[in-house]
Amino acid sequence: MIKKFILVFIISIFFTACNSVHETKNVIRFWAMGSEAENISKIIPVFEKENPDIKIKVQQVPWTAAQEKLITAFASDNMPDMCQLGNTWIPQFVSLNAIEDLSEFINKSNEIKPDKFFKGIWETNIIDNKVYGIPWYVDTRVMFYRKDIFENAGFTQPPKNWDELYNLCRKIKQHNERNESYPIFIPTNEWSNFIIYGLQSGAELLKENNTKGNFSSKGFKEAFSYLIKFHKEKLTPFGMMQVTNVYQAMADGYISIYISGPWNIPEFKNWMKGDLADKWTTAAMPGYRNEYPGLSLAGGSSLVLFRSSKHKKEVWKFIEFLSRPDVQLKFYSTTNNLPSVIKSWENKLLTENVYMKAFYEQLQNVSPMPKIPEWEQIVFSKLQQYAEFAAREKMTVDEALKNLDKDADKILEKRRWLENKKRRKNDR
Amino acid sequence: MIGNKSGIAFFFLAPALLAIAIFFFIPVIAAFLISFTDFDIYTLGNFSTIRFIGLKNYLELFKDDLFWTALGNTFLFVILAGPLSIFVSLYAAIILNSKIVKLKALFRLSYFMPVVTTLVAVAIVWRFIYHPNFGIVNYFLSLFGISSVDWLGNPDLALPSIVLMAVWKNFGYNMIIFIAGLQNIPEELYEAANIEGANNWQKFKSITIPMLMPTTIFISIITMIGYFQLFAEPYVMTQGGPLNRTLSIVQYMYQEGFRWWNMGYSASIAFVLFFIIFIGTMIQFRVQKYLSSK
Repeated sequence: MIKKFILVFIISIFFTACNSVHETKNVIRFWAMGSEAENISKIIPVFEKENPDIKIKVQQVPWTAAQEKLITAFASDNMPDMCQLGNTWIPQFVSLNAIEDLSEFINKSNEIKPDKFFKGIWETNIIDNKVYGIPWYVDTRVMFYRKDIFENAGFTQPPKNWDELYNLCRKIKQHNERNESYPIFIPTNEWSNFIIYGLQSGAELLKENNTKGNFSSKGFKEAFSYLIKFHKEKLTPFGMMQVTNVYQAMADGYISIYISGPWNIPEFKNWMKGDLADKWTTAAMPGYRNEYPGLSLAGGSSLVLFRSSKHKKEVWKFIEFLSRPDVQLKFYSTTNNLPSVIKSWENKLLTENVYMKAFYEQLQNVSPMPKIPEWEQIVFSKLQQYAEFAAREKMTVDEALKNLDKDADKILEKRRWLENKKRRKNDR
Repeated sequence: MIGNKSGIAFFFLAPALLAIAIFFFIPVIAAFLISFTDFDIYTLGNFSTIRFIGLKNYLELFKDDLFWTALGNTFLFVILAGPLSIFVSLYAAIILNSKIVKLKALFRLSYFMPVVTTLVAVAIVWRFIYHPNFGIVNYFLSLFGISSVDWLGNPDLALPSIVLMAVWKNFGYNMIIFIAGLQNIPEELYEAANIEGANNWQKFKSITIPMLMPTTIFISIITMIGYFQLFAEPYVMTQGGPLNRTLSIVQYMYQEGFRWWNMGYSASIAFVLFFIIFIGTMIQFRVQKYLSSK
């Protein structure tokens, strides 16, 4: 009796284990994030009509859980065929050996050529001379500012370099001496500002083939102390805790400058209506000394193809489709995500948008960050922490950067070990 | 015959035992082994990059400032919130159990409401309550002429603010257990005390407190364990800031493990936390034994 039970039990386990789903041919499983996933389904029918033998199945993944989900999927061998990846995540998935080198596909393609994309953005997808992703949409950070407050302080033009920005902020502060407000918002819990200004001052952020921190270098120190100066002179609130809602703060004139990306345009439009509607605009980042615009971050999402996919050709076809200027424009008009293909920017949809000029200028001047999987940990957990310590004057700038280097070196220990191992192997 | 019986017992227990083995013992043992390696994102991609590093994770941990900060914060939280929360729930339970209070069910329900409300929703509401410009706390303070306080942004006030919120959120659960404990105290004891002419305080001290001892020990253990695992409150309210003053040990573990994929390091944090909770529980059991033997 018992034996029979056990037998049935084992057999049933066996059957459930073997009963993997046999999918019909040429179904591409595509993981997309947030609103992109919702809106891409409006474009997919066009592709499926042109390619009746391919079917695209979109899975929506929330941004906040995306990285975790993808890495878990990787660990359990359950990857989709393709995915949208924030381009700072590419190094992680390259180090996991999870995504395919697309160089050969690109060599044969008529649609996708490197020079059709913004240079700085394209570079974020290249690691060790291999191209791992095709930019889907781009973003970068520019200055959002209150025109009226600038004018009251006697400035009709956005600042063109660091000195002008600083002087402008001091003027605004003097002008609004009485009520509590700040000219600019440089939150210490957003690392982006510190990196942007570091790139502008020409700092090499990591050294020795990205295996050691280089934050105490002259370039980065200059940028870091420049931003901490705003905190010390009370020209900016410390962080997000003090400004729960940036849009409200901007509308109230509590802050006048905020450096942010294109995703905030609809939000600002929403919060600044009526009288305020024409009181704000965007401008490219001020430069270090004489160069204008200054550098900014090369952000955005790329499309990647997973090595485990069995439909690589079909996925490539879909990526080519998504890179067509007309499809890119359509995607822009539904999601507000900026096109990665330069040709799309000639359309009046973008040329006639007042807020877009700054982005177009800025996108010609973007620079990628160090492309290593540990980078996010260094900036998120360490840079932000020491920026806060320095801003609240718990540490001097020198101390903060020394500690930052120390922590970065600790995080990069494994990478140094791997690099040494690789070198030893090559020597032999 | 007996062997056969235990065979049947094992057969019926097998699904549960199997589930416990697969979902509890194997992961725990695996995590314990991982804590002696430098398992990280490179290892996920290529298993050959794993290095057995002995106790290095644990040694690093003891040199890690952030770990000590997190540990200190967690202890401070347990010390502040634990007794406060037990006291508040006992107080509420006694009031709700007394005969003079009307609408008991309504009060019980409303005190229990925060326990079942999603923490994320609660935390968002409390962020507004604590807001420096339009928070209601500062509004009340302003009536007394006290200028606005940045509750969650001030490094010295952030943790106490979270303590307050956590106590408010959790006391209802302990309160229900205390009410059950109070109702288990035989009425005759109080009647006898009344005949002896004891006053309320004497009755409370000599009947209620000793009779509630097992309940109190139980509550203090689960409260301690729960509070050592503080995570969601600071995660939603302050993300560990300002100046890492609200970073808890579990949040640090989560960050290291699931944000930066330093699995080895993160596992070592988990076992240190396990050890601390284990010792804390042992101490409480000893105290209970000592008290009951007296």
